[in-house]
Formats: sequence, C-alpha cells, structure tokens
Amino acid sequence: MRPGEGALRRIKVVVFTVSLLPLARLLLGVPLDWLGVNPIELITRSTGTWTLVFLLATLAVTPIRHLSGWHWLIRLRRMLGLFAFFYATLHLITYLWLDQFFDPAAIVKDIIKRPFITIGFSAFVLMTPLAITSSNAMVRQLGGRQWQRLHRLVYAVAVCGLIHYWWLVKRDITQPAIYASVLALLLGARLVWRRRPTRPRAEVRAGRR
Amino acid sequence: MLIRKPADIAPSEITNASLYRDRRMFLKHLAAGAAGMSGLTTLDAGAQQAADKIEQFTRSALSTKEKQNSLKEVTTYNNFYEFGTDKTDPAEFAHKLRTRPWTIAVEGEVAKPRTFAIEELLKFPLEERVYRLRCVEGWSMVIPWIGFELNKLVKLVEPTGNAKFVEFVSAVQPDTMHGVHMPVLPWPYFEGLRMDEAMHPLTILAVGLYGQILPKQNGAPVRLMVPWKYGFKSSKSIVKIRFVEQQPKISWERVAPHEYGFYSNVNPNVDHPRWSQATERRIGEFAKRKTLMFNGYGEHVASMYAGMDLKKFF
Repeated sequence: MRPGEGALRRIKVVVFTVSLLPLARLLLGVPLDWLGVNPIELITRSTGTWTLVFLLATLAVTPIRHLSGWHWLIRLRRMLGLFAFFYATLHLITYLWLDQFFDPAAIVKDIIKRPFITIGFSAFVLMTPLAITSSNAMVRQLGGRQWQRLHRLVYAVAVCGLIHYWWLVKRDITQPAIYASVLALLLGARLVWRRRPTRPRAEVRAGRR
Repeated sequence: MLIRKPADIAPSEITNASLYRDRRMFLKHLAAGAAGMSGLTTLDAGAQQAADKIEQFTRSALSTKEKQNSLKEVTTYNNFYEFGTDKTDPAEFAHKLRTRPWTIAVEGEVAKPRTFAIEELLKFPLEERVYRLRCVEGWSMVIPWIGFELNKLVKLVEPTGNAKFVEFVSAVQPDTMHGVHMPVLPWPYFEGLRMDEAMHPLTILAVGLYGQILPKQNGAPVRLMVPWKYGFKSSKSIVKIRFVEQQPKISWERVAPHEYGFYSNVNPNVDHPRWSQATERRIGEFAKRKTLMFNGYGEHVASMYAGMDLKKFF
C-alpha cells in the first residue's frame, strides 16, 4: 500500500479530525452532561489517557513500518506526536487551573513533594523541546543527526508518563499495566531490530518486483 | 429448527470489559440525550423512588444544614470495590446484589450473641442524619442518610469487659460481585472501630438515604457511617459484627499499611503519602474547599483522641 500525495493528504485530514474527537467529547460533554458528577476529575483523567495513547501511537509508527512496509506512515508521525503534546498541555492546564487554581506556592510544593507529579511534570518538560523542534525549518536548522538524537527523548517521555500513571493509581493497576505492556512491546521491538538489523524494506520491494 | 449451542467463546474474551462498558456508556449518553429532550427519564426515576420509600423517620439535631448533594450525585459516583474499581461501576453493576434474605451476625466478646434479620433492623426507630462524607481520595459530599445509632444495637448484645474493638465484615457474593475475583483487596472487606468510636452517637448504621431504602450501590441493605473518618471506614453491605480484644487489621491496612491506618480520621494536616489531604473537591462545586479536622466533627469527637499523636495513629 502506497497512497499518492492526494490520498495521503486526505488520510492526514482524517487522522487530524479523529484525533480531535476526545477533545470534542470533553467540550460537548460539559453542556450535554456526559462527564458524570465529577467532570473535573474526568477531564483530568481523559486528557492524561489520550496523551499516553498518542505517545504510544507515535512510538508504534516505526515498528508498524518495519512489519508492514508502509513507509508513508512516517508522514503521520509528527502529527501524532504533536497531538500527544497537545493533550499533555491540556492535562497540565487542567491540573494547574482546576486542581491548584494557579497557586504558585502550592504548585511548586506539589511538584517537589509528590513523586507522581514530579515525574509527570518531568515528562511534560522533556516533551516541550520536541514540540518546539518539530517543524521542517527546525529539522534543517539542527541537522538530521542532531535532531534525531534530541528526539530520542520521546522514549524517556513515554516511560516517565507511564510511571506517572502507575504511581497515581490508588490500588487497581490493571489499566497502567496494559499501557506498560504495549510500551514494553514497542520499545522491545526496537531493541530486537537493533541487535539483528533486518531490512524488511528490501525484502518487500524484492517481493513486489 | 434452529438449535442454539452455547458459544465456545465467552463474549468477555472477545470484547474487553472496559471497552464494552465504554460503548455502553456511549450508548447510554445517546439514549439519555434523546430521552432528556422528550422528558422520559424523570418519569422512570420517579416510579422507582416511590417503590422504595421509607415511611417513618425523625430528623436529627446532629444533621448539617449544608446544601445536600443530589440523589444522582450520591448514587452514580462512589467506591464499592466489590463491583469494580471505577467510581461509576457500583451504579452500573450493584443492581445484581441480593439483599434478601439478609442477616447480620453479632458475635464475639458479648453476653448475648445474636443474629439480626434486616427486617428487625428496619424496625429500629429511624432518623435522618445529614452528614458530610470525605473520601480519602480528596472528594466529598453531603448525604441525608437514614439509620440508627450503632450503640442501640450494641447495647442489645451486651459486650463483655474484653470487648475493646469492633470488627465489621462485608458481604461477598462471588456470583454478583465481579470485583471480589480481583486481588485488589483481601475479601471479604474488613473494617474496624475502637469501642468508644463504635458507641459514639455520631456512628450510625444506615439503611436508607434521601427518604428511600439504601440503593444497592451505596451498600444496601445496611452499612456503617462514621462521618469524621475517611469514607472507606464506613463498611457497606455488612453481614457480621464481631467484638474483639485486639485491634483488627483492616483491609486497606493489609494491602498498603503506609498509606491507610486503622484510625483514618479526616485530618488536613496528615497527607496521604501520594497526595495532600489539605483540600477537597465537594462534588458539584468548582473551587476546592479546605478540609476540616475530623471532617468538621471535632467538637463531638476530638476528646476521644486527646493525647494521641495523630501523625503516628493516622
């Protein structure tokens, strides 16, 4: 499968629209009463969950390319990564505003004192340079190699985000364990491929011809 | 003729439970939206309420005059881990709970051990107690419970001099409670109070709320309500009350002793290891409130803890 430029543009529009659905649900959910009796908690949870989902989707692009040979998927990766940052920003704003009411002393104390906040906040800090350097101009300015090295931070971001989730759960760790398994799979695949570099690309092409 | 064979694969193996629930929630939202426009939902809820009404109860001077949370808030958002760990799970799954026949065995260090049928408990003079409830997770509600003081029941069984603590054992119904198949907590759910706490006039056994019999998701048919302690201390669906000499080790203490203690009095100055207890979100309110010492019941209960280091006995 190799879509042409026009088809790719349409795919991008679809992915973009779908990626906004979680936000649409929250925005519509307030007037339409979809969010239960503690909407602030639900908004906090939901934006956090979608940050993790988009992080995992971003990290899934490379393994899926390896397995399927759909190299055009790389053209969607930046958008997925930026949506992860988008939902992380909403998540952070929800915390700063609706949980702490922008009280600087309380926020600083919370970030220092609560390990799950410390690590979640660290994940956000590490994501910020990746979002800033996501444009084509920044890639050119940094140079491919350096840009790539910087963007390996995404692995640390995902691990920190996951620990943040794991540590905040009161007792039932089923959900974070599911996310952790997916992340382990995605990172594990990279390790395996690095050790035995296969070239599925070449095989696929050879097969087609 | 079509003969149906049982499926080889359980539906739960195909669709993961949380996805299934999400979809049901989504459908419910759609339905609620449509029904809301035509005014159908209120009719249905009204009929349900009339059936479960408690006819006779008095009002208590120990009630707070604060604004009460709505029945919807009280019945759609709470913890009852026997039915799952999400706060919407009890409302969704607790309808399966069998509440008749129901008995509470009262035993241990007592002169007159006795088993009470739920029908006997409902004959105690009932009163409405509007209490603040503060969850250890940092949210709170104001709920009009209906019940009677636990000490009225205790006096009937005549505890001996050895009765220093009271244990509360909650029901386990493996076929109706999917949560008890998860090792999240040791089951049955196990709680306890010191004797003076159990005898305190604020401590009640609740059999109803909002003028109706206790909804299943709130711990039907009978639960404890100890308003100056975090919510998890108030056991739901109680089947056994045992008087003992040694301090019992409660369920939450067994799984996370550094996070949950036997006393678990509401205390804004002693944080949960992972989050602050200084403030709380009252359900339905936008801004957070300051949490009050003993959940605002200090004038009634503080003397019981005089001289105790509440940081140590959290």
